[in-house]
Amino acid sequence: MTLAALPVPAASRPVRARLGRDGMISLSMLALVAAYLALTVVIPLYALLRKSVQDKDGAFIGIANFERYFADPALAESIGNTFTVSIIGTVITIALAFIYAYALQRSCMPGRGLFKAIALVPLLAPSLLPALSLIYLFGNQGMLKSWLFGYSIYGPIGIIMGEVFYAFPHAVLIIFTSLAMADQRLYEAATALRAGPARMFFTVTLPGCRYGVVSACFVVFTLIFTDFGVPKVVGGQYDVLATDVYKQVIGQFNFQMGAVVGMLLLIPAVLSFAVDRLVQRRQVALLSARAVPFEAKPHALRDAVCLAFCVAVSAILLGMLAVAGMGSVIRYWPYDMGLTLANYDFNNIDTNGWGAYWNSIVMACATAVIGTAIVFAGAYLVEKTRGLGRMRAAIHFAAMVPLAVPGLVLGLSYIFFFNARANPLNFLYLTMAILVINTIAHFYTVCHLTALTALKQLDAEFEAVSASLKVPFYKTFWRVSVPVCLPAIIDIAIYYFVNAMTTVSAVVFLYSSDTKLASISVLNMDDSGNTANAAAMGMTIVATSAAVRLLQALLLRGLNARTQAWRRR
Amino acid sequence: MPSPMAAPYLRIEHVGKLFGGFRALNDVSLNINEGELVCFLGPSGCGKTTLLRAIAGLDVQTTGAIHQAGRDISALPPSERDFGIVFQSYALFPNITVARNVGYGLASTGADRAKASARVAELLALVGLTDQSDKYPAQLSGGQQQRVALARALALSPGLLLLDEPLSALDARVRAHLRHEILALQRKLKVTTILVTHDQEEALTMADRIVVMNHGVIEQVGTPEDIYRRPATAFVADFVGRMNFLPAEMAGPKRLALAGVFLDCAEAIDLPAGSPVNACLRPEDVMVRDLGLGHANALDVGVAAMEFLGSFYRARLTTAAAVEITADFSANAVRDLGIEVGATIKVVLPPDRLRVYPR
Repeated sequence: MTLAALPVPAASRPVRARLGRDGMISLSMLALVAAYLALTVVIPLYALLRKSVQDKDGAFIGIANFERYFADPALAESIGNTFTVSIIGTVITIALAFIYAYALQRSCMPGRGLFKAIALVPLLAPSLLPALSLIYLFGNQGMLKSWLFGYSIYGPIGIIMGEVFYAFPHAVLIIFTSLAMADQRLYEAATALRAGPARMFFTVTLPGCRYGVVSACFVVFTLIFTDFGVPKVVGGQYDVLATDVYKQVIGQFNFQMGAVVGMLLLIPAVLSFAVDRLVQRRQVALLSARAVPFEAKPHALRDAVCLAFCVAVSAILLGMLAVAGMGSVIRYWPYDMGLTLANYDFNNIDTNGWGAYWNSIVMACATAVIGTAIVFAGAYLVEKTRGLGRMRAAIHFAAMVPLAVPGLVLGLSYIFFFNARANPLNFLYLTMAILVINTIAHFYTVCHLTALTALKQLDAEFEAVSASLKVPFYKTFWRVSVPVCLPAIIDIAIYYFVNAMTTVSAVVFLYSSDTKLASISVLNMDDSGNTANAAAMGMTIVATSAAVRLLQALLLRGLNARTQAWRRR
Repeated sequence: MPSPMAAPYLRIEHVGKLFGGFRALNDVSLNINEGELVCFLGPSGCGKTTLLRAIAGLDVQTTGAIHQAGRDISALPPSERDFGIVFQSYALFPNITVARNVGYGLASTGADRAKASARVAELLALVGLTDQSDKYPAQLSGGQQQRVALARALALSPGLLLLDEPLSALDARVRAHLRHEILALQRKLKVTTILVTHDQEEALTMADRIVVMNHGVIEQVGTPEDIYRRPATAFVADFVGRMNFLPAEMAGPKRLALAGVFLDCAEAIDLPAGSPVNACLRPEDVMVRDLGLGHANALDVGVAAMEFLGSFYRARLTTAAAVEITADFSANAVRDLGIEVGATIKVVLPPDRLRVYPR
């Protein structure tokens, strides 16, 4: 008898684990999430890429479109313009945001909570709104026109000013967080070694937050590079890539060229995304578990300077909003400065009128409810269920992609994908549903990460325990995971709502006359010269987002009171 | 007809587990009898938790079979197996009360409410937490949380109780107390129990049998006394308790040469003369009193250092050939014999206490 003739003993055969009912359900749901992200993120982007290397008839022509683009001096100039405003805008934004965040985090000036809230005000408005304010202030009829010494606001100056306002809160948030991660002991050691304040700043403070600053630089650069609202309103003849895409697609129906510019817009975003991931990985090890959190001590001169700076910046931020608000209630700037609410009578101006606003509300509510459900369930399945490791990793990657994709690019890729006649999903094109789907995808990443962070704080063994108690995982999801993560869930829903209210870039390619949104209406009314109406609609959006934020604060307070017994810090 | 001779309750046969290229378990076979408390003991990364999770079905083994109560459970998902589990983190649901945590599994079995709440009350009484039933987990101490987790794991009267380092998150006093409580509970319910721990004291005091693991294989299975008195391998000898490792060579089947001195050992060692070995001896087995004449393995040693450890002293002894031996002497012996640093004393390394492992 030879060894080979022996049967393999039963015990050493590989075990094929049976899934059971729970496993079946969780894996099919995981597959659903994967399919959803493939359909709404990955495949549309692929359609864009394909379009950029095709001619009008759909034949593959390699990089010919790109060559044609760079051969056109007017188009190629846009690239230079885009870089100019992005670089200058980034430098100014980061400088202001750093000082502001430093004052919030490292000084003892009064009113830090209030100043932090004010810094976030620009997030409530579409980026069109600061641009409108700039026109009221410095435009041809502007009240402060003389301050520009004869230069025109229409062009790089206006774009940069508007973009700084628009990008400021993003930079403050990132730098604020990185400044929070400081170890008191390092400062004590530096003091013991007799380092002066300047030396301490350059050897302790700056190295401690350099990753945050780098990350903020990239985020701000990408925001400005790809923003469409500000240059659309105050760009004048100064073309940038974002307005080029719009002109190529909406103005000339040149989809191939639009795709080419879309690909160009993707480059810095993808680059900054990669750098950011790298930076975040290194940031983790910076603060050890035994670090003592930094606490600022009062310092009269420093606190006074910080306060003065924050007051000045806050005044500008609120001032910009106030100007738009004023513009919206003034009869006919600057000739008739009487007050009126007539500008809010949108039904007079536009066939959609207030309908656009209600469309926005419907879209924002649907996005908040459906988006939050998909994101949270998706994050839960990725984080808490077992099996199919590769698909799990693929879902996580697909969920990260939207962060690197500017809205214009995503909107454009939706045209290419959903408007294709062969696509069975074609019926979605020009419906409210596609606006919701697009907005969910557009802001997916931040929501996904918020959900993951909350879920990671739950004990990893809840699912194991409930399986041992014969309770299916979805019951534990409802009874434990959702209630415990409720603050994060509310956070996600509100984030979706506010962004759905304010977004312009992606949906500008996808709305129809029946599904026009408030933010689009701001754009159209400005286009047709009804600046006051545009400002009025913009202010309506701001008021709505602000109200929702307020609602969130109240909800969270109520929730905290109700769950005080079991929620511990 | 459950008797010690009956078929084992849990049969683990040739279980292997691969994580990518890493072999976490390598051909592990083990039988566990009904009602037994077995400890999986070993350093972190030895595979003890992997084996527990394979038994629970949380991470199913790559190869091999597991039978529980005569049923092949090798490929079953956790929900179709019969076990209760307590994790190191307890994994109590934070947003529901103690009573509802304990009754979590009862609610879905379709048992009627009155029966379920009676069972919860019974379980809470069992772990002595009757008056805490309406509190939330965060309002309890670590030890109380641990008992809630235990009650929850026992709620469905599982045939097998799995405890994954259940005591290591607690401070020393609570740990010692809970050790006895768990043990008493286990004896009372006679539930077959597997306890994973890296704490040898826990294993020695609680276990009916200890399974010592290292690098994904079982090094030894035995009663606590077996493991401590007759460690099967050098790893077990080193991992459990303190042990002198004295480099020596075989000089005969029952004779060792240790730096110019010959030592006898009681057991015959199946190694050719001249093979390098370690002669191992627990510090407390070094004899210093009542050394009558004609004792084998008597040595004259110098006392190099003494460490006072309360009820006993730990002495560092050196032989003429500069071999170091650690010995524990009772406070009595030290006082009576006047042992102090610098003194030369006579000690005996008892042949029946010497363990020999190939080097």
